[in-house]
Amino acid sequence: MSELYLGIDLGASATKAVLLNSRRQIVARAAVVTGLDFTRVGQEVLAAVLRQAGADMGHIRCAVATGYGRKNVHFPCLTKTEISCHGRGAYHYFPEAITVVDIGGQDTKIIRIGPDGRLLDFQMNRKCAAGTGAFLEEMARRLDLSLSELEQLAGKSQKDVKLGSYCTVFTFTEILALSRRGIAVPDLVKAIFNAIVQRVAELGVLSGKIVATGGVVAYNPTVADLLANRIGVAPLIPPEPQLIGALGAALFAFEEAKHV
Amino acid sequence: MSNEPQPAFKKLESSSRLKQLMASHFYELDEAARRGSHKIAWCSSVGPAELLRSLGFLVYFPENHAALLGATREATDYIPAANAIGYSPEICSYLTSDIGACIMAETPLSRAYPGITRVPPPDVLVYNTNQCRAVKDWFQWYSRKFRVPCLGVQSFRQVDEVTTLHVAAISTQLQQLIPPLQEISGTRFDIDRLRETLELSLQCSKLWGKVLETAAHRPSPLTFFDGTIHMGPAVIARGTQSAVDYYIFLLAELRQRIEAGVAAVDHENCRIYWEGMPIWGKLRELAALFLRLKTCVVASTYCNSWIFSDLDPRDPFESMARAYTELFITRADDCKERYIKKMVEFYRIDGILFHEAKTCPDNSNSLYGMPQRLYQQLGIPTVVIHGDLNDLRLFSEEQAVTRLEAFIEQVQG
Repeated sequence: MSELYLGIDLGASATKAVLLNSRRQIVARAAVVTGLDFTRVGQEVLAAVLRQAGADMGHIRCAVATGYGRKNVHFPCLTKTEISCHGRGAYHYFPEAITVVDIGGQDTKIIRIGPDGRLLDFQMNRKCAAGTGAFLEEMARRLDLSLSELEQLAGKSQKDVKLGSYCTVFTFTEILALSRRGIAVPDLVKAIFNAIVQRVAELGVLSGKIVATGGVVAYNPTVADLLANRIGVAPLIPPEPQLIGALGAALFAFEEAKHV
Repeated sequence: MSNEPQPAFKKLESSSRLKQLMASHFYELDEAARRGSHKIAWCSSVGPAELLRSLGFLVYFPENHAALLGATREATDYIPAANAIGYSPEICSYLTSDIGACIMAETPLSRAYPGITRVPPPDVLVYNTNQCRAVKDWFQWYSRKFRVPCLGVQSFRQVDEVTTLHVAAISTQLQQLIPPLQEISGTRFDIDRLRETLELSLQCSKLWGKVLETAAHRPSPLTFFDGTIHMGPAVIARGTQSAVDYYIFLLAELRQRIEAGVAAVDHENCRIYWEGMPIWGKLRELAALFLRLKTCVVASTYCNSWIFSDLDPRDPFESMARAYTELFITRADDCKERYIKKMVEFYRIDGILFHEAKTCPDNSNSLYGMPQRLYQQLGIPTVVIHGDLNDLRLFSEEQAVTRLEAFIEQVQG
């Protein structure tokens, strides 16, 4: 077996891992719910990708960890922020000047990458869950719907409804008021997705080629559609958008080992 | 493991001398309050301290006390007490934490300095609104509580070039303070004492400026985080010989560091400018983060704000008026941008960090597009971190660390 390069993205909601071979091809991938114990989930996801690849730790030439739990992994590895890793992963599929919109569980980021792949600048959400996956999860819980049901319901919406609140708690209060006024649930659900897109658009200027990544886009294509309506052009979606951070980390591991 | 060992902080030898100076300051005030030997004036940190000293007042600075509340992480215990009497959680957390501590009759001074049980009560409160309106509101609360006069200077805001009109107006207000202050102090105003005090203040300012300028050396012998601690004498003791003596000592130590090739941050490979207030309760964590990232925060608007090079003993009132109007925080954005550009050039800065302090919009310069403008004009990256000077509930450490690490990754390409 050739040498392998590990990227592991320990996010607030999900932990993802990607293994690359020496030709920078993905040979294994995994995503699991993070929970509270970053170290344990790191072990779990590492075991999963090693099992898929039929490999052991001895095959891993270099590893890079990213995400909120990047400093809590139990094996030797370098660390990079999820900003750099999402940028690097997106550039792998779209090697040109791009603006990456990453909507994760707890963070939303706009990352500008130059034509040479360099990180030019970035914006992140403030200390607020609005515009993140956590917002979506909270809305689903309050509506007593699963995340997949949200996606299905949004597709049945007949009417545009706007939510004006910034705060997650008050957004639901607003939803209750709209519901009492007879607004249909599918329209409310689409309004929730639109609120996410609105928060993203407020973070920074979206122009040029937009690449959308992250778990929210992976599981909710509606968000990408609404983003397209908002910016007037369809965002590019890489394969497996939830794994882009882990892929970027694995690419950094490859480059570190090869001194690229 | 990815948990890298934390490099050790390099403590300046001067720190023990600094502690002595600060202790002397507070014990002198405490004794004066107990014995009634001196009148005590509370002064805003960029208020007319020299005038007060020349009239024989001992001077106490509530902002210094508020910063102590922040640095000791006690501020958030006290802020709710001020909120409960109508001072919003949205306004200056120096004000709310300091008033809250007063309401709860607690002070970190009693823990730091055995024997001190309270802050020294004022005989008069004197502010200058050159920093913000909050200092006036803050002092007026104390004026009502202690039933003592509250006097002040109403400064201009958003000043681009400081003109003779600005200077004349502030100079007149400063002179109008003399009669009531004479009456409270019981000391007749003496222009020569004011000149002497200004001379000491000017010396202190020049030395503090030279201390900060040592950071232009690569590698820098000090960091912004050192500066926030060692600026103490420039705030609380300017106009005294002890502040001058302290900075002679500190400057010598930093020059020795430069000669010996001692860097504040080992393997310094990135130099950052800090714009905005410190996050007092997180100084140590942030200093440790930058140390690990081999990044030196070499300069800041905040520490530079106590350099008053326009003070001139030959022309006391006009020079005070000019010095306290030249202050960065009173200035228009165009002027602020010119200033930061000069700093970037002088200190050979690789990136600018803006701290957007939620309760201090007057000293948060990221609110009107300045980071983006400077990025375009200077071609060096800028980053904004969201936090607060004292209210740690407004600061997400995880988010800030990710943002700062990504920023350094961006700077280093």
